[in-house]
Amino acid sequence: MSEIKSKKEQKSRVKMPEQDPAVRKRNFIEVPLGLTPEMAQAEASRCLQCKNPACVEGCPVSVNIPGFINKIAQGDFEGAAITLWTKNALPAVCGRVCPQEIQCEGRCVLGKKGSSVAIGYLERFAADYAREKGSVELPKVAPKTGKKVAVIGSGPSGLTVAGDLIVKGYDVTIFEAFHQPGGVLVYGIPEFRLPKSIVASEVATLEKLGVKIELNSVVGATVTIDELFEEGYSAVYVGVGAGLPRFMNLPGENLIGVFSANEYLTRTNLMKAYLFPEYDTPVARGKNVVILGAGNVAMDAARTAMRLGADSVKVVYRRSREEMPARAEELHHAEQEGIEFVLLTSPVQFFGDDKGRLCGMECLKMELGEPDSSGRRRPVPIAGSEYKIECDLVVVSVGAEPNPLLTNATPDITLNKWGNIVAHTVTGKTTKKGVWAGGDIVTGMATVILAMGAGREAANSIHDYLTMGW
Amino acid sequence: MFKIVNREEMAQGTIVLNEIEAPRIARKAKPGQFVIIQANEKGERIPLTMADVDTEKGTITIIYMIVGKSTAIFSKMGVGDDYFAVIGPLGKATHIEKKGKVVCVGGGTGIAVLHPITRGLKAVGNEVITILGSRNKELLILEEKMAKVSDTLHICTDDGSRGHHGFVTEVLKEVLAQETINLVVAIGPVPMMKFVSQITKERGIETLVSLNPIMVDGTGMCGGCRVSVGGKTKFACVDGPEFDGHAVDYDELSKRLQAYQSDEQMSMQMCKAAAQ
Ligand SMILES: Cc1cc2nc3c(=O)[nH]c(=O)nc-3n(C[C@H](O)[C@H](O)[C@H](O)COP(=O)(O)OP(=O)(O)OC[C@H]3O[C@@H](n4cnc5c(N)ncnc54)[C@H](O)[C@@H]3O)c2cc1C
Ligand SMILES: Cc1cc2nc3c(=O)[nH]c(=O)nc-3n(C[C@H](O)[C@H](O)[C@H](O)COP(=O)(O)OP(=O)(O)OC[C@H]3O[C@@H](n4cnc5c(N)ncnc54)[C@H](O)[C@@H]3O)c2cc1C
Ligand code: SF4
Ligand code: SF4
Ligand code: FES
Repeated sequence: MSEIKSKKEQKSRVKMPEQDPAVRKRNFIEVPLGLTPEMAQAEASRCLQCKNPACVEGCPVSVNIPGFINKIAQGDFEGAAITLWTKNALPAVCGRVCPQEIQCEGRCVLGKKGSSVAIGYLERFAADYAREKGSVELPKVAPKTGKKVAVIGSGPSGLTVAGDLIVKGYDVTIFEAFHQPGGVLVYGIPEFRLPKSIVASEVATLEKLGVKIELNSVVGATVTIDELFEEGYSAVYVGVGAGLPRFMNLPGENLIGVFSANEYLTRTNLMKAYLFPEYDTPVARGKNVVILGAGNVAMDAARTAMRLGADSVKVVYRRSREEMPARAEELHHAEQEGIEFVLLTSPVQFFGDDKGRLCGMECLKMELGEPDSSGRRRPVPIAGSEYKIECDLVVVSVGAEPNPLLTNATPDITLNKWGNIVAHTVTGKTTKKGVWAGGDIVTGMATVILAMGAGREAANSIHDYLTMGW
Repeated sequence: MFKIVNREEMAQGTIVLNEIEAPRIARKAKPGQFVIIQANEKGERIPLTMADVDTEKGTITIIYMIVGKSTAIFSKMGVGDDYFAVIGPLGKATHIEKKGKVVCVGGGTGIAVLHPITRGLKAVGNEVITILGSRNKELLILEEKMAKVSDTLHICTDDGSRGHHGFVTEVLKEVLAQETINLVVAIGPVPMMKFVSQITKERGIETLVSLNPIMVDGTGMCGGCRVSVGGKTKFACVDGPEFDGHAVDYDELSKRLQAYQSDEQMSMQMCKAAAQ
């Protein structure tokens, strides 16, 4: 095949087939359609199979990237998936949501001159192929150790711990506050970016391996960690995420129509309000929508608002384009779908009508000043630049904090000054004997792959503890 | 999972009691706490206070008024049916202590919420004067149970079909004129709590109210339940649901409760149409 292709053609990175922006901006179906086996093989053959692969250094869990790509190039797609699984329990998820441009792909040598290998697309391809085929055998489960482990939270971090420990022969139970497992993967990240059937299938695999899931269990309220120990659990992993929404404390923030991203996305994704009235939970459908913030959460909220029928969606951000923290692909997709970026602009206050409903907001223009402690130039307000924007829906997406519900009920776990659990950087051990923590509850909101990486380290440490002691 | 083991209609077709199997929750629940409850996979997550708990049987009791689609669906469920999800106990428990003389004011289904609190206040040795209100005598619930945990019981109905003809606030004023009261607990419709708090504020009497904003998760992760108390934003599901009645912004709460009015009406109409 490669003989017929010109050199230039061979070097160009595969283009992901996608739904047309004009169509997809009004539906919740996944945007990228996935590579065909031919496309995947062609892309895989671009990889130089570096001896010292820089890409692997860019991956927080050191996926054997040339290894799995080589298998794809040879047409062994299931083999590629198995290679991925040795380091990454959720490749179908990571292939879709990792910020590849600053991780694996950002380090690929091909990126220096041309464009990097599409590692994310290939990862997604192999994982989807294996899942859809259903042909890959479940991993072998070690003989039962007779010891019970409790995992609190069913986000990527908790799912990883559960998967690793069930295979090692432990009796694993996940306790999840919501009525559905998956954490941010089900309540936060929308269907058009991560189909919920993928998360469900990953969870089903864990259940097939023997993991038990107790839904509707808010640890700290329904049951405490100490009670879990009394019930015979020998170790506890805390992966409860960073679920507390941050507001901006601006006048008018409690008007009807001002939402946290958590509420807006939970209603839409977890409660399926986009299918209202087939599903009972409603969500506000704004005509003129403003999203505050510019991370992945903000892009998800913006694109959701567009899909819920908005006439205009503006992302208001106080820094400039370069500082927008969202994945490159999300920014690109958002722009294609007609989301406007209103940069160097900060909200001042919200206005409501006599029914307490939002009808507009005041903004202030900013300019970039001296670099701050993060090295980014600090936005400073331009005096007298206030102006009004008409809007009937605002989604505040300026970050999240750790939810104190569990930690308040567990006073012997030490927290840092922001309320995050203090855990050993390698093992994930907390200050409470028999308790590990990882993912967003330790790091603050980070990424799926980091939450999974922390889960894997903790699972190893829990195994050591249960075989060798604290 | 969460099986209904007992069902009663407390007021024909409007107020229903369900006793539900939920052993983990029953073991922990304290007066003033609530659960989030969902009838089926497509249903909404609805907060309801636990009106009673049986730790031995491992059951909790909810009493709800049928006001919209979700509560209408609940009311169609019978003994032996399962709720899809029941989550709790949520919210802070009532801080119960001996204050001396207390007045407990309950309106509508707020009486269900008030009952375990009143019982607790009585149990620690308070003298309890209770004032209950409802639109008419058919809608008055838990009269006997409230009588048992009160030293004095006053009844009011809007239409005069039972007890005092008028509002609970009128009786409250009379009681306050005659007695020195150390604490007032008021639970019911927002306007009721607002006016009770106005009366007690003028007289400087500590007042506790239980707020009912729209909730989703009930664990502090959405912020949908925010209320303004003393000029500060609080999340009712974790910081409450009980607050200092004198500091609550009731007008904001009333407005926020209307957020989904048109959607709710559409839901209810479709639900009724489907039933016919
Ligand atoms: C909208 C959105 C978009 C994002 N997009 C991306 C992206 O594109 N790429 C990326 O890499 N990252 C993204 N992230 C970040 C990423 O999702 C998180 O870093 C990751 O999910 C953290 O995993 P976790 O397992 O630590 O916690 P979570 O995924 O938050 O899961 C925690 C779980 O614990 C449960 N829980 C909480 N408290 C309790 C309790 N007391 N008892 C029992 N259960 C409890 C929660 O209900 C939840 O299910 C996004 C986040 C959001 C919100
Ligand atoms: C902490 C708390 C405890 C409560 N305890 C009781 C109780 O013991 N008995 C009782 O009868 N009611 C109680 N309520 C009120 C009860 O939750 C609502 O009546 C119920 O949600 C209405 O749902 P619906 O679908 O039947 O009606 P809808 O048609 O959806 O709504 C009717 C009205 O109920 C309110 N409402 C709607 N959805 C919600 C929601 N998700 N959360 C809260 N309010 C909502 C709105 O004001 C709405 O206008 C409590 C509320 C809270 C917050
Ligand atoms: S897990 Fe993420 S960072 Fe690692 S190779 Fe896969 S896509 Fe890249
Ligand atoms: S750096 Fe790029 S070319 Fe080299 S092995 Fe990794 S993906 Fe292949
Ligand atoms: S109900 Fe979501 S924060 Fe209170």
